[in-house]
Amino acid sequence: MSASVSAAVPDPIDGALIRAVQQGLPLVPRPYAVIAGGLGISETEVMARLARLIARGAIKRFGVVVRHRELGYRASAMVVWALPENRVAEIGRRIARLPFVTLSYRRLPRPPVWPYNLFTMIHGRDRTSVLDQLEQIKERLDLADTGCAVLFSARCFKQRGARYDATWHPEATNPCHPIELSDLKSASGNNLACAF
Amino acid sequence: MRKPGKALLLDDIDRRLLDDFQSGFPLAPRPFAEIAGRLGVGESEVIARIERLTAAGAVSRVGPVLRPRHVGASTLAAMAVPEDRIEEIAELVNGYREVNHNYERTHRFNLWFVLTAADEERLTEVMEEIEDRTGIEVLDLPMLEEYHIDLGFPLQWT
Repeated sequence: MSASVSAAVPDPIDGALIRAVQQGLPLVPRPYAVIAGGLGISETEVMARLARLIARGAIKRFGVVVRHRELGYRASAMVVWALPENRVAEIGRRIARLPFVTLSYRRLPRPPVWPYNLFTMIHGRDRTSVLDQLEQIKERLDLADTGCAVLFSARCFKQRGARYDATWHPEATNPCHPIELSDLKSASGNNLACAF
Repeated sequence: MRKPGKALLLDDIDRRLLDDFQSGFPLAPRPFAEIAGRLGVGESEVIARIERLTAAGAVSRVGPVLRPRHVGASTLAAMAVPEDRIEEIAELVNGYREVNHNYERTHRFNLWFVLTAADEERLTEVMEEIEDRTGIEVLDLPMLEEYHIDLGFPLQWT
């Protein structure tokens, strides 16, 4: 999907434009005109280039970037599923469209120790609400009998920020969630919501 | 950033600002005026509210979420580490510049890290070296397909 993006030689003006808007638009009535002035191009060209970057997928979305933790979304779990190979894509796409799900990837399983081939990230206000979301997902997608495991993040040992000009991984977009160790113990029954 | 613990009071306009414009932000000369029209308030009020939400830490910015450029090779790796060795092994893993994300998770496979390198060979080399140095198997779980289309994050206010 992203092959065409990475293969394309980055346009230097697009690169400068991305750097200019990366930290956010100026909060003034005509923000694109301000950006345009800094780059020596027209306001119309700024908007047209942003529209193109969005259409091409180099910009995944453009808008208000919310800090979920500040709004009370403090828990997230990596939920992994062991699906028959011929169902992974269908289920992966359907899970991806559900609210509170921010990642959905097919990965190579390593049976027997690791039978899971679909990785999803589910968010919620706390661990209980994450597990509630999971129950809803299982019900809606008829996954009650599918093997899954719930992995809450406990401690973050390293997280390098996501920058356009650095090599990084999509999963780095998940915020670090340092959690008290005492909290960890109480939630360590991580398979409780799953079929195995 | 704002201190945690202080409740952020949001009204319906704030909530719609946070919810409805995470993607599809107007690409028009006066985007805040367009939003204002949709919310039934004035342009300067929209700007003031975004400033306030930013100052309060609820909004990080109004701007792009970028798709990472997949330069080179990357994978997700997992290890089942004994509790009493996790800090020592996490530190050893962090020592590699190829590791850019390293988490403890609540599972028998409790150490999860993302590796990126110029090529697959280097990824394999790092994982083998970590296995040699720790005596613990490293599961290599490369991504095969991505299904998510990022449209932002719908917030539930109740």
